[in-house]
Amino acid sequence: MGRGFFGGVHPPHRKGATAALPIEEMPLPRRLVVHFVQSLGAPARPIVKKGDKVRKGQVIAEAGGFISAPVHAPTSGTVDSLDLHPAPSGVDAPAAVIVPDGADEWAEGCDKSGGGPEPDAAGIRELVQAAGIVGMGGATFPTHVKLSPPPDKNIDTLVINGAECEPYLTADHRLMLEQAEGILGGAALFATAIGARRVIVAIEKNKPDAIETMRNAASGREGFSVKALDVIYPQGAEKQLIFALTRRRVPAGGLPMDVGLLVQNVGTAFAAHEAVRLRRPLIRRVVTVTGGGVREPKNVLARIGTTFEDLIAFCGGSRDDTVKCIAGGPMMGVAQYSLGAAVTKGTSGIVLLRRDEVCQFAGDPCIRCARCVRACPMRLNPSALSIFAERMRFEDTEDYRVMDCIECGCCAYVCPSRRPMVHHFRRAKAEVRARKRRAG
Amino acid sequence: MLTAVAALAALAFLLALGLALAARLFAVESDPRVEAIENALPGANCGACGLPGCAELARRIAEGKAGVDACPAGGEDAAREVARIMGLEFAGGGERMVALVLCNGSDQVAARRFFYNGVYDCASAALVFGGDKACTYGCLGFGTCAAVCPFGAIDMLPGGLALVAPERCTGCTKCVAACPRGIIKMVPARRTVHILCSSHDKGAAARRKCSVACIACQKCVKAAPEGAITMDNFLAVINYQADVPESVAGECPTSAIVVRSAEAAAGGEAAARGGD
Repeated sequence: MGRGFFGGVHPPHRKGATAALPIEEMPLPRRLVVHFVQSLGAPARPIVKKGDKVRKGQVIAEAGGFISAPVHAPTSGTVDSLDLHPAPSGVDAPAAVIVPDGADEWAEGCDKSGGGPEPDAAGIRELVQAAGIVGMGGATFPTHVKLSPPPDKNIDTLVINGAECEPYLTADHRLMLEQAEGILGGAALFATAIGARRVIVAIEKNKPDAIETMRNAASGREGFSVKALDVIYPQGAEKQLIFALTRRRVPAGGLPMDVGLLVQNVGTAFAAHEAVRLRRPLIRRVVTVTGGGVREPKNVLARIGTTFEDLIAFCGGSRDDTVKCIAGGPMMGVAQYSLGAAVTKGTSGIVLLRRDEVCQFAGDPCIRCARCVRACPMRLNPSALSIFAERMRFEDTEDYRVMDCIECGCCAYVCPSRRPMVHHFRRAKAEVRARKRRAG
Repeated sequence: MLTAVAALAALAFLLALGLALAARLFAVESDPRVEAIENALPGANCGACGLPGCAELARRIAEGKAGVDACPAGGEDAAREVARIMGLEFAGGGERMVALVLCNGSDQVAARRFFYNGVYDCASAALVFGGDKACTYGCLGFGTCAAVCPFGAIDMLPGGLALVAPERCTGCTKCVAACPRGIIKMVPARRTVHILCSSHDKGAAARRKCSVACIACQKCVKAAPEGAITMDNFLAVINYQADVPESVAGECPTSAIVVRSAEAAAGGEAAARGGD
């Protein structure tokens, strides 16, 4: 079998530090910083004030529209303040600081098995929406929206994404080993909600134990299969994953549903299982805390709102020569300026890097070696795009399809001039969007 | 020999006749004023008028679809010259306006909160947590305004601060649109007293981030004539319609108010106009 898709790169995996470590639940920290905006789409509206008492699972911010997700209190306690705090996505955003009371008491209606029959498609969508579930691979797109395709779209296949192609991260890997039943249970709910007959669990070949565990768990389930994928970054990117599995091409600007597919991350599937069967809203997730700068790398089950500072302290603290903290993986993650940043629903990992692990951008001129052109999984011309962006020729970047860029970072990874490629494209995309808005 | 000369002469005559006829038949009516107007315009093709280049504006002016003072960069002198070409009266425009960066927080006085290693451009820097400057209102100092200025009127100071040279500024407003912080404003060139701060942070927070920030103490508001300086959400703002005495600058405890000589602006203006 050849490569699953065009382009891609082979960064070192560096997953060894945490791949064999079971998920550890972190004790409640002294304070939690819960961001109100934790999903794509309309920002959620805060409905708590300073001094309010909240209980675990209580809604503290309501969805701001259909494409939006509510945010729940991760534990019981008091709202200490509402202020701007750094969010891992790269903005300073409004958040509630919650001081836990230690009782960790569930709100009314939460944490009980539904009993009775499994809910139908509409019931599943409703429970997923109410639980504030978003894409936990990092994109944080509200899951209930993906479960509500327009009636003219016929989705035959659900893909459960366990590729985890980002170096360093092992959160999904461990979840598959430890919660295979829950993940498949969540997948079955998604399949019911969209009427898919086939469920494919996709895992990269560098996780043979996960492939075996998931195969065993899936063996008794009708329509379920587990596929082993070649190890190449970005295998877990939606469009690349779909092409590698089914040879279907998602059109530019289109969605997987246009070719009859739905892709959900394994973490999202597990969260849906907990939301629907146990009535637990999304208030915690698995975060891989790793990198050469962490003394004791771990896979941590942390509450949403746990600050990076507390998480790193739980992992034995950081080494003195740590120079960089990245939220997410090193390829697509966002470097943080403050360890006061807090875990959100999309934070799959925290990577602390030592000086010798970091490659500084240089921003030298493009030498037109075209390595980025070979590496780009979207078949764009990153070289030309970066030069256009540098010269503020944003109309040209649009003609060269900058909006199709998935910001995977392959181009920057291979660039011998160490140009900050993705940063150029983010700027160009922001500019193109702004121009479209101005043009109406 | 004679035949050859005669044949070539006949050929030349025929071709010349063809050209002469073509010139008559396919003559394009053109307005001689268009070229004259184009020569009177600055010729920087800066786009400040909203049209693609000076030639297009010249055509519009000649057609009467644009005013004689439609070129913001050319200012009064260009307008007067264009009016002369068009045989129109030019009453004299408004005040000459120049761009002003409303921030004085160089790296010596304003903190940066992290080491930024991305694209060297203000709009790109602003995408990363709003920029590395601790003050989220201040000049980022990566020179996007200087890069877009068609007239080279913006200097980047070593402390990471953009400074508009009023004598070179033509008032085209390209920098105003380019600044991701929105802290470049157009002000009358003759004014000398400026509050070089855009921070709406409360006093203590503003001061922590930058030692020359406006801390909203309102001393200047009291010292200046009624209505000349007003408060806008923890920031003192000068009303450029009013006269603000230079002594007000001495009232500011953080030196956020500065006096910049008008001579440079006025003298430079004459030099710049005379120069080209």
